[in-house]
Order: sequence, then structure tokens, then C-alpha cells
Amino acid sequence: MSEYSHARTPMEEPAGFSFENTMRNEMLQRAATSGRPLPSATKTGTTIVGMIFDGGVVLGADTRATNDTTIAEKNCEKIHYIADNIYCCGAGTAADTEKTTDLISSQLELLRMNSKSQPRVVTACTLLKRMLFRYQGHISAALVLGGCDVNGPHIFNIAPHGSTFSQPYTTMGSGSLAAMAVFETEWRENMDERAATELVKKAILAGVFNDLGSGSNCDTTVIRVDGTVTVTRGAVTPNDPLKLRSMINRSSKMTIPLGATPVISSTYTPFTLADVTVTEMETE
Amino acid sequence: MASLYAPPSLRQQHDGKSAETRNLKPGEISSGTTIMAVCFNGGVVLGADSRVSSGTYVVNRVSDKIVQLHERIWCCRSGSAADTQALTDIVKHHLGQISIETGRLPTVAMAAHLMRKLIYGNKDNLMAGVIVGGWDPVEGGSVYNVTLGGSCVRQPFTIGGSGSSYIYGLVDAECRSGMNADECNAFVKKAVSHAMARDGSSGGIIRTVVVTEDGNVRSYTEGNKLPYGP
Repeated sequence: MSEYSHARTPMEEPAGFSFENTMRNEMLQRAATSGRPLPSATKTGTTIVGMIFDGGVVLGADTRATNDTTIAEKNCEKIHYIADNIYCCGAGTAADTEKTTDLISSQLELLRMNSKSQPRVVTACTLLKRMLFRYQGHISAALVLGGCDVNGPHIFNIAPHGSTFSQPYTTMGSGSLAAMAVFETEWRENMDERAATELVKKAILAGVFNDLGSGSNCDTTVIRVDGTVTVTRGAVTPNDPLKLRSMINRSSKMTIPLGATPVISSTYTPFTLADVTVTEMETE
Repeated sequence: MASLYAPPSLRQQHDGKSAETRNLKPGEISSGTTIMAVCFNGGVVLGADSRVSSGTYVVNRVSDKIVQLHERIWCCRSGSAADTQALTDIVKHHLGQISIETGRLPTVAMAAHLMRKLIYGNKDNLMAGVIVGGWDPVEGGSVYNVTLGGSCVRQPFTIGGSGSSYIYGLVDAECRSGMNADECNAFVKKAVSHAMARDGSSGGIIRTVVVTEDGNVRSYTEGNKLPYGP
């Protein structure tokens, strides 16, 4: 079997460090300094927030992803699924937040199957912090983790180097100062769902309008203690370009209506398959 | 290798910044901190401020820097938040293991020395200073200061963190032998308040834990009710 498989199994890999990519890396470095600069990682400039209310948690995020000063994506999704009762907002390098949350989501699913019980938010937090600490901050993922479990609603703040804390409300990302200003003014204990969602939207919009790294829309996710979840993509869309675009008058030559090209004739030719027989493949 | 005996060109450049600011990686979260622990006859009192900063932004103004390592053993954290959280998780795990295997309460000395081995052995990659304090049946109340380099010293009372520099004189003058639990509590709150008033990296509320044979009593003093402040 081994001569047919090209992928190295763990048994066959040589021990020690692999230096396969050193030549390629050197070449890339030379190309970066002399000719074309290396592409920079897409960062989510970001405003992300999370807060506890009477009956669950609300998570909020903006939707702008940047590549230095260019907007790479106007409507990206920053609230990631971890479990049915746990969601996570991510700021920092977009790929890092996406992959880290995916990895921990899959680890939690296996744990859920093995323990036959609903995963806890603190478990997700511990899995995330252990991984991020191991990478000593090189994985640029700043996360706001939120969810409801047997112990009630929780919000965790997870920094890229692996330190965490739990608070009733928290913000992260480049727009965190703007959002925190809103929270510190208006957050109260035991707010109802409607007031909590409005406050989260207000905090995100503070980031959207006052921070260059955040923009476009506000997404929200409400996770309630009774187990229900409401994911709202585009809860607020104050930067919709459609209205402005539709005001542009284009010449009628640019808008060709349906049916303008007449159909002269049509023919239908079905393909007939050649003789179909099943022959067994030779295997060892 | 840079050392005190090397010519000035090889010595670490100070450029006016504190040891903590120099050694933190950019963007790393620091528990700037003032931490303190005092022994009395029958137990210890541990105290800490609650400010966690990242550069000039206060990330958490009500954090809990006092961690329970075992039933009667506690630890105050200072330095890099990520490093100290990871260290206390490891020591907590070891102490739990030891107490199950030996069938008795671990001693504070054990906890302090476990911490010391981890910090000393990884000193190049860590920035963590802790104060381990608690009660055990062998020594009663005891307090150990484990510094950045990994030295572990037992003291009747000790202070640590960036804010401690400002209160060395105060604690030396105010400390008396034979204080009871309430007097120690007041002493800790007064000293930490003074440090919070002068150190930018310390602030918020003061959290305290009183550890005795009978139990642990956690409490906090609000920022506007401190014994000393603006």
C-alpha cells in the first residue's frame, strides 16, 4: 500500500525539524526587498463587543476587513460559530481568527460527543487560551467569546498572547475604545433583550463611524439561556451604497432589457452515453 | 552575554523605561500591578489592585489578580497576564495532583518552590513575578516572594509589582510585629492605596483575601472608598 500513497504517514516522517522551505523562504525574502513587496495579511481592523443581559448574551461586530488602507471586504462575517450555544467575535488577522475558531469548534464538537453533555463557554475559553499561549502571540487573534451554558450566560475576553478575563461586558479591536465609551456610559445590570441589542448596535456604530479600521454594517448574535439563538447579519446597515448607486442615470444603451435579442431557432441534442459496463479495479 | 560586569556598550539599554515595559512584547497585556501579602499569627492577608493595561489603555479595570492555587494556598500575579495565567494553571494542576497522591494539604513552601522552578527555568521566555501566600498545618501562615529572575524568598510580609517601588518606605515604617488579621487587612489596604495613587499601571479597586486554617474570606474595596487617594 505504501508505494501507492504519496502522503507521508506520521511513522515515515524523519525525526527533527524540517528545513524543506528554507530555500523558498530565502527566495521570497529577496523578492520582497528587491522587487514586488510581499502581500500583507488581511486584518480585521474591527470593533467587536459582547455583553450579558437578563436572559443571555448579545455579541456584536462590524463587517470591514482591511489590507493596510484598502478595504479588502465590505461585508465580512466576524461572529463565528463555535457551538450551538457558543459564538465568538474575532479581531486581528482575519485568517488567524477564522482558523482558530474553526479548530476549537471542531475540538468542542468531539468533546461534546465524548462527554454527552452541552459544551461550556469556559471550556472553549481554556482551549483557545492554551493554543494562543503556545504560539506566544504570533497568532494575532483577539476574541470576544460569548455563550450560555448550565452555569448561565458568560462573556470572555481573550487576548492574542493567551490572557483571558470574564466580565459582564467587553470590547476589542481598533474601535474598542469608541465602543467601550458607549458601554461605560449606558450599560446596566439586567437589561432586557431589546435594550441590550440596541446598546450593542450603538457601541458598534460608535466604532464604525469613529474608527477607520471599522465600517460598513453591524452584525449581532443573541444567545439566550433557554438555548435559542438569533443570528442577524446586517442588523444595522447605515452605509448601504445601493441608494446612491441607483441615483446614477445611465444611458438606455447600457441597460438591455430581456428579450431584446430575438431567438431564431433552437435544437435539442441529447448526449447518449457509450456502452456502460462495470469492471472491478485491481487492488491489493 | 550582557551582564553588570560588561562594558557599558554591552549592557542592556535602559532608555528611561521600567523593566516591565522593556520586556513586554508589543501589544502584550500587562498586569502592571501592586501586590502585597502579610503574615499574621494564624494566617495571611493577600492584597492586589485591579488594573490590567495594554500600553496606555486599561483593558480591565476590575480584574482579579489573586488566584487560588489550592484550598488554603493563594497567589498574587504581576507581569505579563498571559504568562502568569499559564503559570498559575500549571502550579494549580501540580498541587491538586500532589494533594491527591499524598492525601494531605500541600504546603505553601511547595507551591512557592514549584512556581520558582517554572519561572527560573523559563526566565528567558517569561515575564512573571508572583507572591505565594497561605496557611498550611506545618508552618501556619507563610508568604513567599518569587521575583522575575526566579528567586524565592520567604518574608514576614512582602510587596511586588510595578507599584511596589513607591511604597517600600511606607511599609517599612508602618509594619509592626504581632498584628492581628484586621490590622494586617488595614495595613495592606493603606499600602496598596498609596501605590495606586502614584503608579500609573496600578488602579481600580483593591481585592483582598484573608486565609486562615478555618477558611478564606474574599473581599474588595471600591476605588472611591480607598483609605488614601485623590
